[in-house]
Amino acid sequence: MKLLSNLFTSTLGRKYIMAGSGAVLGLFVVGHLIGNLQIFLPPAAINRYAHFLQSLGEVLWGIRLFMLTTIGLHIWAAISLTLENRAARPERYGSGYAPYAASLASRTMLISGLGVAAFLIYHLLHFTVRLEDINGTAILIRQLKDPVTGYPDCYAMMVAGFSVVPVSLFYLVGVGLLCFHLSHGIQAMFQSLGLRNPAYAPLITKAAKGIALVLFLGYAAIPTSVFVFGHGKAYLQEVINAAPPAAAVAAAGKDLVK
Amino acid sequence: MKVKLKVWRQKNAGTPGGFQIYETPDLNPNMSFLEMMDVVNEALTLRGETPIAFDHDCREGICGTCSLVINGKPHGPHRAVATCQTYMRSFKDGDEIVVEPFRAKGFPLIKDLVVDRSAFERIQQAGGFISVRTGAAPDANAVLVPKDKAEAAMDAAQCIGCGACVAVCKNASASLFVAAKVSHLNLLPQGQPEKERRVLAMVKQMDEEGFGACTVTGACEAVCPKEISLSFIAKMNHDYGLAMLKGK
Amino acid sequence: MAVLNSNIPSGPLAQKWEKHKFEGRLINPANKRKYKIIVVGAGLAGSSAAATLAELGFDVHNFVFHDSPRRAHSVAAQGGINAAKNYQNDGDSVYRLFYDTIKGGDFRAREANVYRLAEVSVNIIDQCVAQGVPFAREYGGLLDNRSFGGAQVSRTFYARGQTGQQLLLGAYAALCKMIAEGGVKSHTHAEMLDLVVVDGHAKGIIVRNLRTGQITRHNADAVVLATGGYGNVFDLSTYARGSNATAIWRAYKRGACFANPCFTQIHPTCIPVTGDYQSKLTLMSESLRNDGRIWVPKKKEDCRKNPADIPEADRDYYLERMYGAFGNLAPRDIASRAAKYVCDEGRGIGETGRGVYLDFADAIQRLGEAKIRERYGNLFSMYHEITDENAYQTPMRIYPAVHYTMGGLWVDYNLMSNLPGLFVLGEANFSDHGANRLGASALMQGLADGYFVLPGTISNYLATQKPERRPGLDHASFQEAEQSVRGRIQRLLNCRGQRTPANFHKALGKIMWEHCGMARNRAGLEKGIEAIRSLREEYGRNVLVPGEEHDFNQALEHAGRLADYLELAELMCRDAQHREESCGGHFREEYQYTPDDPEVQQGLVNPGDVKRRDDQFAFVAAWEYAGEDQAPTLNKEPLVYEEVQMSTRSYK
Repeated sequence: MKLLSNLFTSTLGRKYIMAGSGAVLGLFVVGHLIGNLQIFLPPAAINRYAHFLQSLGEVLWGIRLFMLTTIGLHIWAAISLTLENRAARPERYGSGYAPYAASLASRTMLISGLGVAAFLIYHLLHFTVRLEDINGTAILIRQLKDPVTGYPDCYAMMVAGFSVVPVSLFYLVGVGLLCFHLSHGIQAMFQSLGLRNPAYAPLITKAAKGIALVLFLGYAAIPTSVFVFGHGKAYLQEVINAAPPAAAVAAAGKDLVK
Repeated sequence: MKVKLKVWRQKNAGTPGGFQIYETPDLNPNMSFLEMMDVVNEALTLRGETPIAFDHDCREGICGTCSLVINGKPHGPHRAVATCQTYMRSFKDGDEIVVEPFRAKGFPLIKDLVVDRSAFERIQQAGGFISVRTGAAPDANAVLVPKDKAEAAMDAAQCIGCGACVAVCKNASASLFVAAKVSHLNLLPQGQPEKERRVLAMVKQMDEEGFGACTVTGACEAVCPKEISLSFIAKMNHDYGLAMLKGK
Repeated sequence: MAVLNSNIPSGPLAQKWEKHKFEGRLINPANKRKYKIIVVGAGLAGSSAAATLAELGFDVHNFVFHDSPRRAHSVAAQGGINAAKNYQNDGDSVYRLFYDTIKGGDFRAREANVYRLAEVSVNIIDQCVAQGVPFAREYGGLLDNRSFGGAQVSRTFYARGQTGQQLLLGAYAALCKMIAEGGVKSHTHAEMLDLVVVDGHAKGIIVRNLRTGQITRHNADAVVLATGGYGNVFDLSTYARGSNATAIWRAYKRGACFANPCFTQIHPTCIPVTGDYQSKLTLMSESLRNDGRIWVPKKKEDCRKNPADIPEADRDYYLERMYGAFGNLAPRDIASRAAKYVCDEGRGIGETGRGVYLDFADAIQRLGEAKIRERYGNLFSMYHEITDENAYQTPMRIYPAVHYTMGGLWVDYNLMSNLPGLFVLGEANFSDHGANRLGASALMQGLADGYFVLPGTISNYLATQKPERRPGLDHASFQEAEQSVRGRIQRLLNCRGQRTPANFHKALGKIMWEHCGMARNRAGLEKGIEAIRSLREEYGRNVLVPGEEHDFNQALEHAGRLADYLELAELMCRDAQHREESCGGHFREEYQYTPDDPEVQQGLVNPGDVKRRDDQFAFVAAWEYAGEDQAPTLNKEPLVYEEVQMSTRSYK
C-alpha cells in the first residue's frame, strides 16, 4: 500500500507515472509510425497489417483500453503536478520571468501536451471512429474496400484523408507538436525514471532530439507525400472505381465519385 | 559608474510590497554587488530612509546566505558564482538593475529581499544525515571509498543551500537541493544502510514544504553557484524509485 | 581577582586525558535528560558539541544568529584539517603534532591542552568519515593527505578547497539528526545578547529574535559558548560580515576572563584591499604557497611595471632568501610580517603599494597548466572573479589580512571559564594555539572541543548541580540582564546621530590595523587606545541607527555588535601594550632580533624576527572586567612546560 500511496501522492511518484506512461506512449508512437510507413509499400502490405489488427477483436479492445488508461494517467499526472507547480510560486517575478537556460520545449510541456491531446481526439475520430463529418473528403472513407480482399482499405482511406489539404496541414501541426513534446519528454523520462547518469546525459539529450526529429520526418512524410506529391491517388481511384453502387453512398450525403 | 536600482521593497509578509527606484552614488567597478548595496544603504540611512534588507554573510560564496534575483536571474549574470561574488564591472554605467527576492511558496518573504529558507532545514532534518554516534566510528581507512565515488559525492556535497535552484525553477522546485543532499550520502558506502529511508523521508518533506515538481528544464543547474549537476536529480529519482518499489 | 585554576591533571603528559576522563564524574543516564544545556553557535565546535551532548542524553538548546546552523563561518575554511594519523608513514605521531602546534604557537599555549588536541585529532577523522565527509581519496580508496601550512609531514586531510564546508556539513548533519530526534531544540536567527549569572554561575542567556526583535530569556544548567573569533574588530578581515564578539564580550562583562586578546593571526595570502568601499577581504588558500613563489621587485622603481617585464635578476624572492628551509611555506605570522617589511620598504606592488606577487610561472612550466588547474582551479577562478586578472598568465597579487584570533575567553582543562557553568569552545576560547595558529589546526580544534573534549568534561560540573534547583526565568538576574539588553538597544536607537555604524566600523578598523595590526609599539598602542576611546565616546552620542526595535533590523544588529567591538578593541590594545615581548602573531617592534643577537649570528633566526621574553611573559594574560571605565584587572596563569623545552622558534 505504501507503494501505491508513494506512487500516486508524492511528486516523484507521479513523475514516475508520467515517465512510465510516457515511455509506453512513446513506444506506441514509434510502432505506429513503423506500421504507417507501410503506406510506401504496395497497398496490400498496410491493408494486411490493418486487417490483422482489426481481427484481434477483444484483444484489440484490451489494447485500446490500456492505451486510453495510459493516456489518462499521463494527463492526470501532468495536470495534478502542474497545478501544484503553479501554486509553488504564488507571486511572480516583476522583472518578467526570464526563462534562464530552460529550453522552450521544457517550458511548454503542458501546452504542447494539450495540443497533442486535441490532435489525438481528432485523429481517433478521423481514422479510428471514421466520423465522416470531420474528414473533409468528398467521399465516404468507410466505404473504401480493398478490391482484392474486400476488407476495409486502409491505404485508400489514408490517401483519401490526406488528400484534404487543411486536414494534412493540421496533421503536420499535430505531429510537430507531438515531436516537440517528445524532444523534451524523452530525456525527461530518462531523468524521472532515474536512468540518466553523467556518462550518458549528453547522449540522452542529443538522442531525444534526434529521435523526435526522425519521428517528425517519418510522420510528416505520409500526408506530405499524399497532398504534395499525389502518392497513392491512382490506387485510390482504382478503389473508387471498383466500389459498390453510388446509392448507398448518397445516403450519407456524399458522393463516392467526384 | 552609476546605476539605477529597481528594488523590491516590502515591510513584511503582511504588507503589500512594490518596486522602488534608487539612483546609486558613484561606484567603483571593482565593487562587489553587495558592496554596492552597502553604499546605497549608507546613503538611504543618511537621508533618513530605511535601508534595504538583504541577506549576506561570508561574502566569499560559500555560506549560501546571500540570495537576490538580479535582472531575472538568481545570483546575477555570471555562471557558477553567488551574488556576493558578482562585481559591478559586470554592469554598464547607467544600467537599470532589477533586484528582487527569491520567490516561492516554500520561501515566505520576511522583509524586502530577505526570505525564510527554513524549509531546507526541515528537509535536512528529515533524513540528511548518517546515523553515527560520536565515538562509535571505525578507523577512517577501514572503509575504502573508490576515488570516483568520493569525487561524485563531493560534487554533490558542494551545495551551499542558497535556494537559487528553487528561485529560478518555473515550478519553484527544490529538487536540485534535495538531490544534492540525498546523492552526497547515498553515493558513499557509509550512506548505504539508510539510503532508502533517507530518500523517501527527504522527498516527503520536500513535498510537504510546498515546492513544485521537477520538469527537467535544467535552469537550476545553470544558475547553481556550485554547478550541481542535474544528474543528481536522476540519482535521487533512481533511489526513490527503488525504495518505492520495495514498498519502503 | 579571579581564581584561575587550570585543573590540569597530574601525571605524564600522554596519560593526562585518559586519567582525567577516568577520574571525572559521571551522571546517571536516567538523569541526563533533566540537565538543560545551552549551546550558543553552530560552527564546527557548536554543532559538534550540541549533537554529541544530545546523543549523551542531555536536553540541548542551540542558538545561532544565522538562519541556518550550516551557515556558520567554519564553512569558509579552505585548506584542511590536521590529524596525527600517520597514514603516510612519514614520521608523524601524536607527539609530533603536539610539538609542532606548541612550537608554532611560539610557546604561549597550554601544554596539556595541546597534547590532548593532538591525541583526539585521530578520532575526529574517523568520526567525520563515518558521517560521510567526502575527503580526498587515493585510487585505492584510502584517504589522501597533503602537507599544509609549512608542516614537514603530510598530515592534512582535505576535501578539495572546501574542507571547512564539508566538516561543517558533517557536524550539521549530526545536529540535524539530533534535532529530528528531539534531543536538540534549534533556535535560528536568535542572537545571544547577554549572559545571565546567578550566584556566580552561568545559568542562562538573553536572546533577541533577529526577525521580530522579540527579547526572550533562556535558563540552563550550563552555558556553552562556541561563537568564534573577534577579528571583525578590524572591520576588514576574512571573517564573515556577521561574525561577532558579542557573546564572549557579554560573558567577559559578566565576569569571565578574556585571555591574550591581542593574539591575532594575520594570514599572508589574501587579495589586497582595493578601495574604501571594501567590506571584506578574501583569503586565497595557503595551499597556493606549495607551488607559488612569493616575490617583489628588488628596485622600488620597478613596482609599477608589468611583472612580466621585470627580469629574474631584479626579483626578490624574499621568503626563499630569508627562510631557506621553509621558504615560501614559512608559518603564517612570519610570511605576513615579511610581506609588510618589503612593502614598508616601498617595494610593494599594485595600485596601493600594499601587495606582493604570488607567482605560478615556475610551477606551470614544471608541471603544466593542466596540473595547476587541477590543484587550484577553483582558487584561480575565484581570483579572476574578484580581480578580473588571469593568474595563469600574470602573478597573483596578495597581501596579509586578519584571519583568526588565538585569544579568547580563558578556560581550564575542562574548557570551563572562571565563571562556573560557562564553557567556551573553538576559536572563542584561547587555549590551544598560543600566539600563532598553524594552518589546518582551527578545524581540528573546533571539532576536538565539540565532539570529544567537552562531552568528556562537562559532567564534572553538572554533577555538582541540581537541575530541579535551576533558577527560573523570573529570577532577579534574568530580569536585570533583560533590562540591560533593552537599555542598550534603546540607547542605540534613540541616539539618532549623524554617522552610520558602518562608517564607525571602518574608522575603528583603520585604527586597529594601524596601531594593533602586524607590528605594534608602545607609543602606537597608546595612540590607538586614545583614538578608540574618542571614537567610542562619539559613538555614544552620534551614531545613527535607522529602523525600529521590534522589526528585522540589520542596522541595529550591526550597531550592537560594533558597540562591543569598540570596547574589545581597547582591551586588545591594552593587552598588546602590556605584553612587552614579541611572540607569534604579536610583534612588538621594540622586541625583535638584531644582527648583534647570538641567535642571528648562529643562523637560527633573521634580524627582525620576533623575540620572546620567556623570563617575563611565559604566562597567559587573563583580563578581568572591573566595571565601566575602570582599568581591567590582569590575572596571570603561568605557562609551565613539563615535557617540552621552550626554545627559539627557528624556521631557517
